[in-house]
Amino acid sequence: MNTLDHVVDMRSISKRFPGVIANDQVDFDLRKGEVHALLGENGAGKSTLMNVLAGLYKAESGSIFIQGKQVNFGSPREAIDAGIGMVHQHFMLVPSQSVTENILLGLTEPRFRMRLPEFNKKVTEMADQYGLHVDPEAKVWQLSVGEQQRVEILKMLYRGADVLIMDEPTAVLAPTEISELFDTLRSMTEQGKSIVFISHKLQEVMEISDRVTVLQKGKVTSSGINTKDVSRADLAHLMVGREVIFRVEKKAVQAGETVLDVKGLKAINDKGIQSLNGVSLNVREGEIVGLAGVAGNGQNELAEALAGLREVTEGSVTVNEKDVTNKPVKLGIRHGISLIPADRTHVGTAPNLSVTDNVIMKNYDQSPISKGWRVISSEANNYASDLKEAYDIIVPSIDTSVRLLSGGNLQKVILAREISSEPKFMIAVQPTRGLDVGAIEGVQKLLLAQRESGAAILLISEELEELLTLSDRIYVIYEGEIMGEISDGDINKIGEMMTGTPLEQIEAEGVK
Amino acid sequence: MADISSKSASGWKFPFRIKIENRVDNPPKWLSPVLSLTAVVVALLIGALVIWLGGGKPWAAYTHIAKYSLGSVGVLSDTMVKAIPLMLVGLACSIAFRMKLWNIGAEGQFYLGAFGASLVVLLPILPMEAPKWQFILVTALFGMILGAAWGFIPGFLKARYNVNEIISTLMMNYIAIEWNNYFIYGVWSESGFQMSRMFQKNAWLPRLSDLAKRWPFFGGLTTHFGLVFAVLAAIILWLILSKSKWGYEIRLIGDNPRAAEYAGISIKKNIILVMMVSGALAGLAGSSEIMGVVHRFQGAISPGYGYTGIIIAWLAKLNPLAVILTSILFGALILAGREVQPAGIPTLIQGVIMVALIASDFFYRNRVSITRQVED
Repeated sequence: MNTLDHVVDMRSISKRFPGVIANDQVDFDLRKGEVHALLGENGAGKSTLMNVLAGLYKAESGSIFIQGKQVNFGSPREAIDAGIGMVHQHFMLVPSQSVTENILLGLTEPRFRMRLPEFNKKVTEMADQYGLHVDPEAKVWQLSVGEQQRVEILKMLYRGADVLIMDEPTAVLAPTEISELFDTLRSMTEQGKSIVFISHKLQEVMEISDRVTVLQKGKVTSSGINTKDVSRADLAHLMVGREVIFRVEKKAVQAGETVLDVKGLKAINDKGIQSLNGVSLNVREGEIVGLAGVAGNGQNELAEALAGLREVTEGSVTVNEKDVTNKPVKLGIRHGISLIPADRTHVGTAPNLSVTDNVIMKNYDQSPISKGWRVISSEANNYASDLKEAYDIIVPSIDTSVRLLSGGNLQKVILAREISSEPKFMIAVQPTRGLDVGAIEGVQKLLLAQRESGAAILLISEELEELLTLSDRIYVIYEGEIMGEISDGDINKIGEMMTGTPLEQIEAEGVK
Repeated sequence: MADISSKSASGWKFPFRIKIENRVDNPPKWLSPVLSLTAVVVALLIGALVIWLGGGKPWAAYTHIAKYSLGSVGVLSDTMVKAIPLMLVGLACSIAFRMKLWNIGAEGQFYLGAFGASLVVLLPILPMEAPKWQFILVTALFGMILGAAWGFIPGFLKARYNVNEIISTLMMNYIAIEWNNYFIYGVWSESGFQMSRMFQKNAWLPRLSDLAKRWPFFGGLTTHFGLVFAVLAAIILWLILSKSKWGYEIRLIGDNPRAAEYAGISIKKNIILVMMVSGALAGLAGSSEIMGVVHRFQGAISPGYGYTGIIIAWLAKLNPLAVILTSILFGALILAGREVQPAGIPTLIQGVIMVALIASDFFYRNRVSITRQVED
């Protein structure tokens, strides 16, 4: 193996955390001008490996060569100086500052006077070079997630990064933004940059990468194979270590009585803008109803309004013929409304509290966990242990803080809590986002099981494939309005509705 | 690249290196108290250094403090007198801090509690010759009500208008002191002096020395009934925080208010409630200090108890039962420290303890190990 055309060469890297070996003798190399995908389930050690490369962690053993020279990074700065830049999943930007200011942050040039116009020009030039279009004078808080990501990339390029590590870059992006990102990545590799693309999404890896390295539980199962030589199923197998069923089995269930009935719902979002503009929909017993739409078209506000977390300005919400419009959240919970929030760490769980404290969040004041004024800790612990068993939550003990759990396990904690409350109506917002193949399958099966046991489920997702697989019917939302309802899974119609064409108009044009 | 090779080029390398990593597992249970203890020891060592630099004898100073605060029953009792308000104020801070509600206003709530107790005697609410047990209960109650009212104001402002409670509680302290001064200088001034008349004896909280007639052992001991209040309050607060539904709600809001809201727990209601309970405890401290020690309404009744309570709460890791112990430590420091130097060193040590405590948190969050330097 000639190491000279390798920009990066990592040899038998081992990194352990208490109780786990995150990386076990991992080899990884990166050639100039390629996109090398690092594929693996959550907790497989992908981010750890790249954090070692980016100077955030120090490996216990193994060696790293950059352009053939051995290095030993003590800090991210040293890595950047060596041309290694990492774009993390969570952006590290200052919201109140402009794009240029964020890019210049921490650099020695400019020294005292900011000379912004001059640097604005520099940023624009660099942005044009790679097709990373963003207004250098815009404040970061005004930018969309996709634009913020571009700023992060520019930040790294500006610091002279030749190797760009992208940690799950598509997790936060809308489909159109993903394709823009891919264009950018291609233009960067054409100009000689090399890219590590961390992902657990097979189809994206197939689309963008030249080579793939697959990690499974900290070990390499396949090192640097050419993407075009493998199939999606092969990769899935390498990643999970067993065959993955891509189609979950969906039994026929006769839909029953209407459980959720929403009429003319209006609400405003946090910025005071009208985000729901007269939404009407219904969900019946034993039915999964999908809500499709591009992110930010009122889905989150709808979920919150249904759960009682957001004030409804007009319209009504009834669950099993009980009016729950603008009623306290707790009343909704008692009426069997359950919400699986999109934001698992900021809404769904309390990160520093134990697994037990997190699973009793909705029934800590109900018998048998509560008696009188007390929370009976033995009952709470039993309950948590039962759920840990039943939902296969992988955690050292039920006293462990949930911040130490992986994304998939955290979602299991939430699902265990929500499903065990035997909800009559469940709102699931992006329940599989950021999860790996195995976990996605688990979550989808749980939702289907809920459907079979007669619950009414509103599934809000940006993954069309998931919506089509699970839903009996699909509504499409656009700018706070329902564009129409589809029960035959016509993907073209859904696509048109997602961009703002009402169903009647589509059908009228179709007849013409 | 901060060049590793240039380091090795210089030839000699330090044979060990310190490795710092974020903890990715739950730290062991013993770690937290051990760290707090270490922080106190480190603070005392720093204090010793300062005493030595100032030309004093650290060992002599510390043995003096220990001897004259814990060395005999008499001084121990005096230490308890200092510790009682600290216990109650420390508890007040603990419950608020559990919810990440930064009540810096225990000082003001303390003053208002003193005012409330004085009302009972001076307004008067109870007749001069009312039985002692009535005074014990009613002064405590009024101290708590007035303290709670003082806590309610910033609580309400926070819940309704999202006013930063750190600023509002701090400012309310100054208002409380001046509020009391108005009554001390004006309304209840005794022939122009800046204090009220001495309260009649049956209004005083009972003291250990009251038992001297039957058991001479207690003669001259000034520890008063406030200790019963403090210990009771600590036990009740411990039950609330660790065993009750409300304690769970406080814990959940403290860790993630959005998750609490999502679980159907009203944050606004709890902000106001917790601020009121916190204020009530600080108020009880003020009331028992007036009725048990000062025995008249006057200014300057607190050498910063409300602020020391913050340190005590942190040192106790917000555990109500541990507050009792840390308060005794600080009571000793305040009592005997004053003999070493009226101001200066003892307050300095308090401050250094706080800094050392905050710094010790680093070791709680990170794992630090010293390893042999390996050749790269």
